[in-house]
Amino acid sequence: MTDVTGARRADASSSGSTDDQAARRAVAAVWRIESARIVATLTRLTRDFGLAEDLAQEALAEALEQWPSTGVPRNPGAWLTAVAKRRAIDGWRRRERYDERLAAIAHDLEAEQHQATDAPPWDPDRIDDDVLRLVFTACHPVLSREAQVALTLRVVGGLTTDEVARAFLVPTSTVQQRIVRAKKTLAAADVPFEVPERDEFAARLAGVLAVVYLVFTEGHAATSGDEWMRPDLAREAMRLGRVLAALVPDEPEAQGLVALMELTAARFPARTDASGQPIPLDAQDRARWDRTLIAHGRAALARASALAERRGTGRGAYALQATIAECHAVAPSVDATDWPRIVAAYDGLARLAPSPVVALNRAVAVSMAPEPEGGASAALAIVDDLAGDRRLAASHLLPSVRGELLARLGRDDEARAEFERAAQLAQNARERAVLLAKAASRGS
Amino acid sequence: MSKYMLIMRADETGVRAYEQIPFEQVIEAMGRYNEQMMNAGVLIAGEGLSDASEGFVVDFSGEEPLVTDGPYGEIRELFNGFWIIEVASKEEAAEWASRAPLGPGAYLEVRRVNGPEDFPQDNEWIQKEEGWREEQAERAAKG
Repeated sequence: MTDVTGARRADASSSGSTDDQAARRAVAAVWRIESARIVATLTRLTRDFGLAEDLAQEALAEALEQWPSTGVPRNPGAWLTAVAKRRAIDGWRRRERYDERLAAIAHDLEAEQHQATDAPPWDPDRIDDDVLRLVFTACHPVLSREAQVALTLRVVGGLTTDEVARAFLVPTSTVQQRIVRAKKTLAAADVPFEVPERDEFAARLAGVLAVVYLVFTEGHAATSGDEWMRPDLAREAMRLGRVLAALVPDEPEAQGLVALMELTAARFPARTDASGQPIPLDAQDRARWDRTLIAHGRAALARASALAERRGTGRGAYALQATIAECHAVAPSVDATDWPRIVAAYDGLARLAPSPVVALNRAVAVSMAPEPEGGASAALAIVDDLAGDRRLAASHLLPSVRGELLARLGRDDEARAEFERAAQLAQNARERAVLLAKAASRGS
Repeated sequence: MSKYMLIMRADETGVRAYEQIPFEQVIEAMGRYNEQMMNAGVLIAGEGLSDASEGFVVDFSGEEPLVTDGPYGEIRELFNGFWIIEVASKEEAAEWASRAPLGPGAYLEVRRVNGPEDFPQDNEWIQKEEGWREEQAERAAKG
């Protein structure tokens, strides 16, 4: 019998280190599934996020102690919550603080004891509200982005401090400090445990989405290191995005973000070769793109568009980027890509969030679109206009795009000069090598 | 993260027990379970299968495959449907599986779903299959 069959509940009384490990992994799995709801419930009851997190961790420690011999209880989330509540009561009793919080929790515990063991001990609707409050608390603007990310991954994602540290390639102690400081900051600022008011909601949700997307790009861009956790980090961000989209089903940008992440992640299997070298889009084997994710992402994008339309607003920044990713995802080749649609999406992005990088990407899309609106000359004109932008002065992107366009127009000498300039500016050794090779191929 | 398929199976006791439960109740329990997995962001796909009386069996024991109508006489366990979830560990898959609203006579077989990394990508048949998947996706996109 394998331990996937549920047999672990039946014969959990047997001991041994293998069983201990199995139990520990089972506890970890339960924690991942339940921790957000547990911390959320406790935060509502204690009105203290930091305390709630500590209590939940203590309950987890108790589970690790007990479950290897007693087996995983039938309703593990309720077990953990009950233990944490009891700990809260013990703490207050010790400090002789029989205030209304104690009364609230004690009443709650008592009510649970009267329920059948199999019945859900809590109201799922209220729990979902609590989890949403938890997400907004973890991403509160009084916290730095790093703190928001660390708290979200640990409290909402159920990752351990070690896992968060590994994902971001920082020491565990750094993450610990960030979390401790974040909790203190939240307490000091007296941050209420609530979903923001309507007039504030959009801005706060944008912050929450940005945290999830940051986690995703950290896993996706893999700027340093080659830890196994990093593609998993992108997957974790996708899961968090889906959780969030389920919590706010009417928010087009939450759907848009899910779509963007799924459509981007669909290309992961083709992004690097066997030795880990990055493969550019035009050279990727499209057969290796993940079709399930593409289908999922497109469904989310369709929902995002429908919601935006119902609201009478245009697509948001995530949905627009997802639209671009969708164009790539459904195209059989670079040449057969719907480039005019991509240009239109970049037009929208440039209106919503104008930036020289968006303008440059738009220029690349223009160069791929059919003439006369598109083509290399049309794109070169746009790129030349960007040449004066000081924000791009230190980046290799502008000369490398310009080099590409000049090469396509047969202006080899100018192209070579641009590639060489780009190589000088490139930060990454691998990129520099590619650019120098391009320069060399233009003759000298 | 890996994908796992939760394969629903039931023996005769399970099938009969299932028939006793009001349809509404089944729908609600399953709906609740599905919703939990959706809310946790782990559900990728899932389908149920219609009544076994609409099914048939192709038996490969003889020289020629033999199609037998309806009766599942020789089959003691019925495949009733599946879920595909994406989770961080085998244990997480087991935890979700053990939360399924199923009773005596029901079994969930849990299997990891192979991804591209499980196959040699230079194999011509693997490439052909991927090509087919791509075509399907394009067709779906156009339709």
